[in-house]
Amino acid sequence: MENNKPLIEVKNLVKSFGDNVVLDNISTNIHHGEKVVVIGPSGSGKSTFLRCLNCLEDPTDGEIIFENENIADPKVDINIHRQNMGMVFQQFNLFNNKTVLENIMLAPVIIYTKKAVAEGKTKEQFKKECYDKAMELLRRIGLEDKANVYPSTLSGGQKQRIAIVRALAMNPKVMLFDEPTSALDPEMVGEVLDLIKELADEGMTMVIVTHEMGFAREVATRVLFMADGNIAEEGTPTQIFDNPQNPRTVQFLKAVL
Amino acid sequence: MEHILSASVFSKFSKAFFEQGRWKMYLEGLGNTIIIAVVAALIGTVIGVTFAMVNYLNKKTGKLKVFSRIANVYITIIRGTPVVLQLMILYFVVFASWDNGIMIGAITFGLNSGAYVAEIARAGFESVDDGQMEAGRSLGMSTAQTMWHIVIPQAVKNCLPPLFNEFITLVKETAIVGYVGIMDLGKIPGLIQSRTFDYLFPLVIAAVMYLAVVLVLTKILHVLEKKMAKSDRNGGAVNGK
Ligand SMILES: Nc1ncnc2c1ncn2[C@@H]1O[C@H](COP(=O)(O)OP(=O)(O)OP(=O)(O)O)[C@@H](O)[C@H]1O
Ligand SMILES: [Mg+2]
Repeated sequence: MENNKPLIEVKNLVKSFGDNVVLDNISTNIHHGEKVVVIGPSGSGKSTFLRCLNCLEDPTDGEIIFENENIADPKVDINIHRQNMGMVFQQFNLFNNKTVLENIMLAPVIIYTKKAVAEGKTKEQFKKECYDKAMELLRRIGLEDKANVYPSTLSGGQKQRIAIVRALAMNPKVMLFDEPTSALDPEMVGEVLDLIKELADEGMTMVIVTHEMGFAREVATRVLFMADGNIAEEGTPTQIFDNPQNPRTVQFLKAVL
Repeated sequence: MEHILSASVFSKFSKAFFEQGRWKMYLEGLGNTIIIAVVAALIGTVIGVTFAMVNYLNKKTGKLKVFSRIANVYITIIRGTPVVLQLMILYFVVFASWDNGIMIGAITFGLNSGAYVAEIARAGFESVDDGQMEAGRSLGMSTAQTMWHIVIPQAVKNCLPPLFNEFITLVKETAIVGYVGIMDLGKIPGLIQSRTFDYLFPLVIAAVMYLAVVLVLTKILHVLEKKMAKSDRNGGAVNGK
């Protein structure tokens, strides 16, 4: 396999909003199967870093190489690459005007129907395939009975688990999580983290921004500590949590643990 | 005395409404009023939603600056000039050689209403959470696909009540088309007065008809609002953050 080649190469990434330099020349590689957890104080640029990875924020400078293309280049068709990068948001962002089932099926159906038809399937056949896949994903999280309800009737934990399988329906190569449990009531955090752990165990490549340090320690293969738009320190969970070297890391961990 | 009075009231009413089948003129006028209002509302909605969408996309992507500027100039001009002058410009100048007054009236009010609907729709688009667009884009859908399937339906739904209200306003305000001789309901009393020499009854009859239509539409609006509130509770929510 191409396992030695990173899945995502971040080279000298810079992002500024006006005069505010939020990411200051970041370079790192994300390899197949890695679970990279990003921690750091509020405002350090964690979300911005994650959002640059799929160009939801346009990088100001630098390169993001994904599938042999520099997706930071505005000339690249970003939509095709985003189809291979799932993203989960703090606020879930389920489509309010669509049922749970429609939320999961919408993107696969409108993006891949053309291709399926070109391969000789009928539209109906392909839609049925998407339906079956969506129902299978819902069964996996035990929410098949919610298929036809609208998101507003669901609990936060249910919404976030559906948002996760909605991203999975595109068969992404990497999943990006931006504080997936920060908007949840405490009793619902567990069910969402369990699902993410399951995916991790199945080998999904992940980049996770989180304030859940116990979870970070458990699931991460590598921890990035960000401060002031830089990766101030990185290493295995044991290195970062038990033996931090950078005084900023020490200070941060003292405050949150 | 009383007898005589009621007899004369009845005969005046009868003259204004029944004699020579005059009631048909009111109905025809009412029909034209409704045609003008419906067509104008359709044109206005298309223009207004398009402008609001251009504005929204310009804000989100910064890519439609020129269109957004044009839309704003249009809105400023339309809102800053009397509709009766806009009507005269279209009726006597732009469409001078077209004899379909009803359609000219409808187009005038459509173009006019578009500027007002744009404001309504702008609020509709602003009420759609930014996360909706981001979620669609993060799945690999294009801006256009996300607009069409996710953002526009929510924006339009959010502003259905004010849009319908705009329609009710149109039913009444289009009475101005009588000014250039278009035969809507507001024009009929004058026609009948010129034959019966009584203005009061034709005016009252036309007013009652307008009122009846507006009351029915208002009732529909309330039912619509109730239904939407219910679907929000049951899950058709638009702002279920
Ligand atoms: N769209 C934007 N426009 C302007 N400034 C922004 C924008 N997004 C983020 N910033 C700024 O970038 C900096 C980093 O923000 P970011 O959201 O990446 O931090 P974070 O590490 O995710 O913080 P938190 O833990 O609070 O989520 C902040 O100073 C923020 O104000
Ligand atoms: Mg953040």
